[in-house]
Amino acid sequence: MGQTLYEKVFNRHVVREIAPGQYQLLASLHLLNEVSSPQAFETLRERGLKIRHPALTFGSSDHSISTGGRHDDFADPMAAEQVRTMGKNMAEFGASYFDPAQGEHGIIHVVAPERGLTQPGSVIVCGDSHTSTHGAFGAIAFGIGTSQVRDVLASQTLLMEKLKVRRIDITGLLAPGVYAKDVALHVIHVLGAHAGVGYAYEFGGDVVDCFSMEERMTLCNLAIEGGARCGYVNPDQTTFDYLHGRDHAPRGTAWDRAVAEWQRVRSDDDAVYDDHIVLDARQIEPMVTWGTSPDQSVPVGGIIPGDHAGDVLDFMGFAAGQPIIGTRIDVAFIGSCTNGRLSDFEAVAAYLRGRDLHVAPHVRALTVPGSRRVRNALIERGLDRIFIDAGFQFRDAGCSLCCGMNADRLQGREICASSSNRNFRGRQGSPTGRTLLMSPVMVAAAAIAGEVADARHFLGAAA
Amino acid sequence: MIKNDTRIARVTGRGISIRGDDIDTDQILPARYLKAISFAGMEAHAFEDTRKAACDAGHPHPLDQPRFAGGKLLLVNRNFGCGSSREHAPESLHRLGIAAVIGQSFGEIFAGNCVSIGMPCVTASADVIAALQEINETEPHTEFVLDLGRQNISAGGRMFPITLSEGRRKQFLEGTWDSTAVLLGAGALIEQTLAELPSHGA
Repeated sequence: MGQTLYEKVFNRHVVREIAPGQYQLLASLHLLNEVSSPQAFETLRERGLKIRHPALTFGSSDHSISTGGRHDDFADPMAAEQVRTMGKNMAEFGASYFDPAQGEHGIIHVVAPERGLTQPGSVIVCGDSHTSTHGAFGAIAFGIGTSQVRDVLASQTLLMEKLKVRRIDITGLLAPGVYAKDVALHVIHVLGAHAGVGYAYEFGGDVVDCFSMEERMTLCNLAIEGGARCGYVNPDQTTFDYLHGRDHAPRGTAWDRAVAEWQRVRSDDDAVYDDHIVLDARQIEPMVTWGTSPDQSVPVGGIIPGDHAGDVLDFMGFAAGQPIIGTRIDVAFIGSCTNGRLSDFEAVAAYLRGRDLHVAPHVRALTVPGSRRVRNALIERGLDRIFIDAGFQFRDAGCSLCCGMNADRLQGREICASSSNRNFRGRQGSPTGRTLLMSPVMVAAAAIAGEVADARHFLGAAA
Repeated sequence: MIKNDTRIARVTGRGISIRGDDIDTDQILPARYLKAISFAGMEAHAFEDTRKAACDAGHPHPLDQPRFAGGKLLLVNRNFGCGSSREHAPESLHRLGIAAVIGQSFGEIFAGNCVSIGMPCVTASADVIAALQEINETEPHTEFVLDLGRQNISAGGRMFPITLSEGRRKQFLEGTWDSTAVLLGAGALIEQTLAELPSHGA
């Protein structure tokens, strides 16, 4: 009987079984951020412990960092203290730090893949739920809490129970103007925000096979929004081509050995899954969320449904039966670990280029590259000018308006068209702020129109 | 050497029902409080925005209703604690006096975090949760007894089954929910597993 990638990778990282079904699992890569690590380092100090494998430990400050252009320019002394503490801990304990002072910073889920740290067959953990992103490379990657950060720092291992595996095939071809973000929002809408509890999601099928690595990262990033602690894609030539030549990727004969090994880690053709779902790509349209859970979405041409519990529509200020298109927005945000990579901004730039489009006067629009490398690449290509000329702010790298921990945040009841990952109440920094999740190009279309718009109308005109 | 007895076999106390599916950790503990580099004082911010909104609307949040004051067992519904991995969320509840959480299902990182801080987080069927919340809301003074050894919860003369994985149950019963020492006990086996990874040193 064949095995899934999940089983193969999990099994080889098992140190020992602690109790029936509970394993001590080795982490082959530990990523850190400034939010979930300080208490863990403090406990290490109290207990006289060190980082067991500093060479497998990498950190970045992303949540609290300022995107105003100066890494040490904090409006908030607590954020400043948190980022300072991160740098201090990384130096004291000997882990590698993507230091903002050296211009190396960025969202850890953008930085680690672009440096070639994220590799197939690994177990990757980080005190951040969007660690699922790294599954795009055929790794088992999942978020952990601060106590588990402490455990991994001290022992390079953690307690884990095995997940079931749900295979999700997306077959057929996507229509023009439909992006990886729409696929992810569609999957979450169909299955529900809770459906992935207890599962790893294995994504496959024609659409995923054709996806670039950055598209696969968007898809796996949002696995957690479907309740799945990790999502992954089997590694293939696309994966290897992406990795080849990156800073931490193997070289020379080691590269050939690694590729051979990465081929073997793929799920076997006769692998048995705990569940299997097939979705038709042709059914997927540009999606927009209308509520406060990522599964509350409709196609851009759809209407807000009325068959749900609670006071969500009161919070959003929407009425059942109302079309989502035409919803006036106040803020537009393009960035985050979901959609803050080079190809996301290239798609937006292609949408804006040469059409003399301008952000609507009442809209505050932010483009925030996911890392300094992404930012530098955009500047090299001259794409920053396209955003700036269209009236977008072009900011420094960080989580920015996704998470409400830095100076970029909503005010009052503002509505934000956002390429990020969560529409939870208060998520973008104002307790009454409202978030509409959509693809980066749809955010750009909303920024221009001043309201939710169907980007395909413009795309068609431009084609 | 166990300095303090960390074993948790049962949790006794009154309940607090917080109804609703998919209650995320951004609601439980707003992100602006994650900038602190310590968990001290987190209890002051548990459900802060939700409580303020409920208060403004004239329907106080369960955590602010006098009838639930002093409750130790949180009774919740489906996918409680979904979203962000912030351990600040269970820490805020625990520091507020919550000693156990019983729900239909949980965000997995949240559930793991609850174990890590010594706050049992157990599941029960939708019917059992409905019955527990009904008891709690109609008779708020009812004492609940969560028995991890026998895997049940009793209240008002009735007893209901709960589920907790074998591994986690053992962690509570043996007092090893703070797992660092157990993990370090594997010693050289850790390095051996690392050395045997096909990719290691590639």
